[in-house]
Amino acid sequence: MGIEQLGSGAAVEMYRTMVTIRKFEEQVNQLYLSAIMPGLAHLYSGEEAVAVGVCSALTSEDYITSTHRGHGHCLAKGADVRLMFAELLGKADGYCGGKGGSMHIADQERNNLGANAIVGGSAGIATGAAFSAKKRQSGQVVACFFGEGALGQGILYEVMNMASLWKLPILYVCENNLYNEYTPYQEVTAGSILKRPEAFGIPVEDLDGQNVEEVYDAASRAVARARAGEGPTFLHCRTYRYQGHHVGDINRTYYRSREEEQLWRTERDPIQLWRTRLVAAGIADEALLDRIDREVEELVKDGVEFAKNAPYPDESEVATHVYA
Amino acid sequence: MSMPDTMLRETQESGRIITMGEAIREALAQEMRRDSRVFIIGEDVAEAGTPFKVLQGLVDEFGTDRVIDSPISEPGITGLGIGAAMTGLRPVVDIMFGDFLPLASDQIINQAAKVHYMSGGKLKVPLVIRTTLGATRRSAAQHSQSLHAIYSHIPGLKVAVPATPYDAKGLLIQAIRDDNPVIFFEDKMMYTVKGPVPEEPYVIPFGQAAIMQEGTDVTLVATSSMVYVALDAAKLLADQGISAEVINVRTTSPLDRDTLIRSAMKTTRAVVIDEGYQQYGVTAEIASVIAEGAFYYLDAPVKRLGAMDVPVPFSPPLEDLTVPTPERVVRVVQSLFNQ
Repeated sequence: MGIEQLGSGAAVEMYRTMVTIRKFEEQVNQLYLSAIMPGLAHLYSGEEAVAVGVCSALTSEDYITSTHRGHGHCLAKGADVRLMFAELLGKADGYCGGKGGSMHIADQERNNLGANAIVGGSAGIATGAAFSAKKRQSGQVVACFFGEGALGQGILYEVMNMASLWKLPILYVCENNLYNEYTPYQEVTAGSILKRPEAFGIPVEDLDGQNVEEVYDAASRAVARARAGEGPTFLHCRTYRYQGHHVGDINRTYYRSREEEQLWRTERDPIQLWRTRLVAAGIADEALLDRIDREVEELVKDGVEFAKNAPYPDESEVATHVYA
Repeated sequence: MSMPDTMLRETQESGRIITMGEAIREALAQEMRRDSRVFIIGEDVAEAGTPFKVLQGLVDEFGTDRVIDSPISEPGITGLGIGAAMTGLRPVVDIMFGDFLPLASDQIINQAAKVHYMSGGKLKVPLVIRTTLGATRRSAAQHSQSLHAIYSHIPGLKVAVPATPYDAKGLLIQAIRDDNPVIFFEDKMMYTVKGPVPEEPYVIPFGQAAIMQEGTDVTLVATSSMVYVALDAAKLLADQGISAEVINVRTTSPLDRDTLIRSAMKTTRAVVIDEGYQQYGVTAEIASVIAEGAFYYLDAPVKRLGAMDVPVPFSPPLEDLTVPTPERVVRVVQSLFNQ
């Protein structure tokens, strides 16, 4: 596959979506620093190629489940920037009427089954959705996103066992950003990550998570396997989290060096790498990509304004939706 | 467990008598025939039909695609059930012993109970978790607990505690048709209890307690098998000239507050009996509902009788000390008349 099969339109759209995620998260950071956003947020900056590479291989009917660091997955699955910002500010117009917030955005129209604030918490839901898709013979595939921190959660292994046993149409997408919150993952992860899914008979792809083309190609292979009834695939995406674990995590030198952060930003930035690739392949020129940057800037600004002006939920909403 | 005479008389009058286990199996079979989205998943549910044999025969009719033996992975099968429920199926997850629910508690408490609310009402989890409660089976501390209070504490979950075969069938069909996660607790000592059960499918709406026996002097509120303890106690009390009204709660969430309060207003005394641990338990919640709702009508404090606040011991004479008995209920009731 690769950029040639992808088509220039799709390749440029992938760039646009990655830039949207980056600029969205920059705005979230600003909203937090200016005390407009309640609570906290876990930013996806630096990991854009994973969400975009995987979701570009899915149809709108396919499902995803997401994590506490979930804004990128939502946007890559096609979420509306306005409704996302509104949710982040706890407003009535938000995706969940303001009841979910940053860590619980769900978008049923795009079959986003929701972000999840329990590490590994959506592994069961994702596998159940895959079970359901198979049982209903719907042809749908599920992408289950989780960080390498979820490798410490038992439920992940329970459901991978079942997914392999029953050949469920699911992609387990491990975003290895190197840190379990504030702890280098090597300090808390024994043995081989790749051999874990292999032990269940699940094929593994070990990927450069900063290379959106590589992620897209692997995800496309995994989706094809899943749709053909051949079962799950585990995608190990090596990536990097530019910011702290959450927006307030400023002093990080006790767990990682500034030099390391700088190196990933300058040498391994997924957006810059894709931009260079698009220009080199003659798919887009700098002027087009600059224009996209500006359009996205406007889109995000508009989203923030929309959210700021949106009303808070009516107090009567506090007790609705407890039961269906 | 003996059935009280009053119930035996009822059953003889109303036709077909089956066991609680048969009522549960019939409810599942009828709903699976009616709705192809319903399936069962759990440990040893297919050919084995569970250790209690409640599901025996279902796999012959519905096949292993719909009666699915799972690995021993309570969090995994519960999570899988939630995801399947969110995407168009109606799973019945079998958790063999209620003592194993805590393994799956993140899935139940943080996921199933909250998905609908967190999503602003967009996503639903029409999931049933069938499990067991009840001691005196000589199964010791990890196979004998009654943990329904924990799940009744969580908004977003519904909790059923059927006492009769009639309850079991009607409440289970309601649970399967309900769009919310329901934890369905069956007393594992009651699967052979017999009672009248209509053959056709029917539902018992949640939040409707049943008055098992009317009385005038004291209200005995009970859950699950404690309903039989209360009925036996009522018989002993009748010999002493005390007329007891016995209420079967049926669902602890939602709770039928009105029926409980109205009965206590009438009788002026109430005792709550439940097999869960007494501290912070179902008895505490129900007693406070009655105390708040019927305070000015009460002639005595509301009393409660739960399981002893100890891990359930193995040794039979010790285990028997931990659960409410008719004799203990009678003593508590007598104390309300000596004040």
